Amino acid sequence: MKKLIATLLIALAPTFVVLNVALASSEAHLEKVEINLNNKASLQRGARTFVNYCLNCHAASYMRYSRMAKDIGLTDEQVVENMIFPADFSKDKNGKPKKAGQLMTVAMSAEDGKAYFGTPVPDLSVVARSRGADWIYTYLKSFYIDESRPFGVNNTTFPSVGMPHVLWELQGLNKAVKTKHTDEHGHESETVEFETVVPGKLSPAEYDSAVTDLVNYLVYMGEPAKLKRYTMGVYVLGFLFLLFVVSYAMKKEFWKDVH
Amino acid sequence: MSEQDVDKSRRRFLTAATTVVGTIGAGAAVVPFVGSMMPSARALSAGAPVEVDISKLEPGRRVVVEWRKKPVWVLYRTKQNLEDLAKMEPRLADVESNSSRQPSYAKNKHRSIKPEYLVVIGICTHLGCSPQYRPEVGDLSFEANWLGGFFCPCHGSKFDLAGRVFKGVPAPVNLVIPPYSYTNGDKVVVIGEDGGAA
Amino acid sequence: MTTKTQAFMNWVDARFPMTKMWEDHMAKYYAPKNFNFWYFFGSLALLVLVLQIVTGIFLTMNYKPDATLAFASVEYIMRDVNFGWLIRYMHSTGASAFFVIVYLHMFRGLMYGSFKQPRELIWLFGMLIYLALMAEAFMGYLLPWGQMSYWGAQVIVNLFSAVPWVGESLSVWIRGDYVVSDATLNRFFAFHVIAVPFILAGLVVAHIIALHEVGSNNPDGVEIKKNKGADGIPVDGIPFHPYYSVKDIVGVVVFLMFFSAVLFFAPELGGWFLEKDNFIPANPLKTPEHIVPLWYFTPFYAILRAIPPIWESQFPGVIAMGMAIVFLFFLPWLDRHPVKSMRYREAIFKVNLFIFIVSFITLGWLGTQPATGVLSELAFRFSELYFAFFIFLWIFSAERSSKYYLTSWIALLGTLVVLDILRGGSGEKLALMMNTWFIPAICFSILLLVPAKFKSWTQAKPVPERVTS
Repeated sequence: MKKLIATLLIALAPTFVVLNVALASSEAHLEKVEINLNNKASLQRGARTFVNYCLNCHAASYMRYSRMAKDIGLTDEQVVENMIFPADFSKDKNGKPKKAGQLMTVAMSAEDGKAYFGTPVPDLSVVARSRGADWIYTYLKSFYIDESRPFGVNNTTFPSVGMPHVLWELQGLNKAVKTKHTDEHGHESETVEFETVVPGKLSPAEYDSAVTDLVNYLVYMGEPAKLKRYTMGVYVLGFLFLLFVVSYAMKKEFWKDVH
Repeated sequence: MSEQDVDKSRRRFLTAATTVVGTIGAGAAVVPFVGSMMPSARALSAGAPVEVDISKLEPGRRVVVEWRKKPVWVLYRTKQNLEDLAKMEPRLADVESNSSRQPSYAKNKHRSIKPEYLVVIGICTHLGCSPQYRPEVGDLSFEANWLGGFFCPCHGSKFDLAGRVFKGVPAPVNLVIPPYSYTNGDKVVVIGEDGGAA
Repeated sequence: MTTKTQAFMNWVDARFPMTKMWEDHMAKYYAPKNFNFWYFFGSLALLVLVLQIVTGIFLTMNYKPDATLAFASVEYIMRDVNFGWLIRYMHSTGASAFFVIVYLHMFRGLMYGSFKQPRELIWLFGMLIYLALMAEAFMGYLLPWGQMSYWGAQVIVNLFSAVPWVGESLSVWIRGDYVVSDATLNRFFAFHVIAVPFILAGLVVAHIIALHEVGSNNPDGVEIKKNKGADGIPVDGIPFHPYYSVKDIVGVVVFLMFFSAVLFFAPELGGWFLEKDNFIPANPLKTPEHIVPLWYFTPFYAILRAIPPIWESQFPGVIAMGMAIVFLFFLPWLDRHPVKSMRYREAIFKVNLFIFIVSFITLGWLGTQPATGVLSELAFRFSELYFAFFIFLWIFSAERSSKYYLTSWIALLGTLVVLDILRGGSGEKLALMMNTWFIPAICFSILLLVPAKFKSWTQAKPVPERVTS
């Protein structure tokens, strides 16, 4: 048996060598964000930021206000009065009566979006599932001044992005300071640091926390069922364990005949 | 296999225990499948309460609104209409609405919160057609001395202006009154929402 | 049984062979008593088939096979439909679980020679089930209409356009359009929910009927029917019911625990069961950076990409991918060794099987990676190893002379070189080719030089008369 194992290892040794070289690749650096779907206050703050800043151009057209209200601890009335815009009319943006059960749509059409931003504005319902929380977090913190772009800003996480820095009044405006490094193997790399040019309403720490709330909300919105999934899973596994105990005892009992 | 060693009662017990626990599990597994066939959030949202502005509704006129995909009629009955209701009683099957469906606040002779406004689901209680609103008075082809009401063209059921069914027609009971309430200084009727008053 | 139920059963049995079927397939179907862990996967596959059909039916109630509505209808199921998310995750996790089970089930067959005489037809029906399953999974994956659905289907359907002369028309015919579109979605839906499940169910019945005709193999590869007692019942056989029914229930429960753990705590399984890019609606104008099929197809996808085009045609790659599956069909006629189970097979057979499994898994991993540089070269090398498995299976089927092994060794290493010369290459590519050449070369050398030198490695152990344990 030992001989056999040794033979097998020799047979495949070159693979490990080759792979070692191949896997020395690099991935784009993303900042980690801590997601906590149990933090209702954070979800509520994130939802407020979302409807105020994002939900003017981006839709979340698979999500209903009422579902959000129920899940993050708000009432239908609160949502209808404070979160479905424009706030001071009883009609929504599409001219229909406001309803808590309506979807988070926007009035802007895909064609308009394309005309304004050069690309159709993506729906954000499941963006946290396609992009991942860390990406969105880093992205929202990586805007910097770039006069060559139509909206005067660019983004290190999403170069040549078509979106203006919507949260600029909160974050302020940064400029990117790029420095080149060469490591001992001669690989060149570039690090970017941001320097504040125009301060925003929030301090950097407050901005980070606001973006964390927003990302937290987006993660929730990507899969509202997540709030139930874990609890249900614990019950199901517990039940299956019970079933395992009795069925295993039954099997043992019957198999006494065989052994 | 040695039959004599078999502990039959233990075997029977464990089989029963597994069967019981397994059946509970199978039953629980059925819940999501059956549950998924109930109305979805979209259907519930579409079935949310509907507001109707009645400030511009004239006496004798009716508006039709959609609530839960069904026609709901809001009828502004004239004084004459209300007086005629009493005259209809000998021809009706369920005058007091005892065997009909309506919220408790509409279980009266005019079948409404305010006598002049009738709010009713416009679906015949026979087989689900939507009856016609026939406010005219006189000897009509389907009924002599008609004092206004609803006539179902499908099978000839007749209802008075309170949605009460006539005797001897296919429809068994009066038209259904949905839960509703008034808001905004009684200028708006909210269909499907009564604050639990029913 | 009370006389009333007995009377009722008699009434039924006179009209339908209920009792007879129960006895033939359950109560008096004698299975070897030495089944081990690997024998759970047959019944589990059946369970998952049922699960997929049931959850599929309920998904169909809310899904819309329309290019403009499909993506939204899936999100509608995930959010608005009561328990819709649960049913959808059951279906998506079930798809991957199905392949996990089927691969383990097939591996069991390889280990214990379950495909060998007299079970060739069971194997062939099983392979057809596997093919149908791949078609089912491929078409089902288009339905959510995300970016991966769309571009995955686009790439795979385009394989057909590699067929010489008729390819272009063929792929247009499959799609019903010039690109994957609403027409494609609609017909894939029809195949996915009606046609293929129907075929699958039929094949499963054939698979089981064939199995119950010849009887199950076992980890010892001993035919239990050759050793019957005075009552005509195999001495090493035990009735399927109750012994294996109670055992399989335990297997089902353990499987459901794993299944639920994924379903409730990691339904995407880090992108292996549900891909990130599939949460972006299909966009025919923008291809995602990496198009990766789901994991169960990646070994074959890696083979497809590893074969370089010849005369500007992708056809060789397509053929290679097809052959990777076709070869499996011929296993019963490639491996002619009289000993079935790996337990008693010669040592070198185990080395061969091990290299095959490692190749299959490595190809599976490579299929998820971008096909660049060393990774694409590795894919080629492991494809060579994948196909070589079948050749070695044939070589190891009988006692061979040392000369035979040496000649085969030279021939196979020569083939490696010829293939590389045909592929050509220079500079970095050439260096990669030379570095990785040793992977198949060393494997081939071990598999042929060791038997040439040490006869003990080619000697099978004696197979016992009766099953062990």
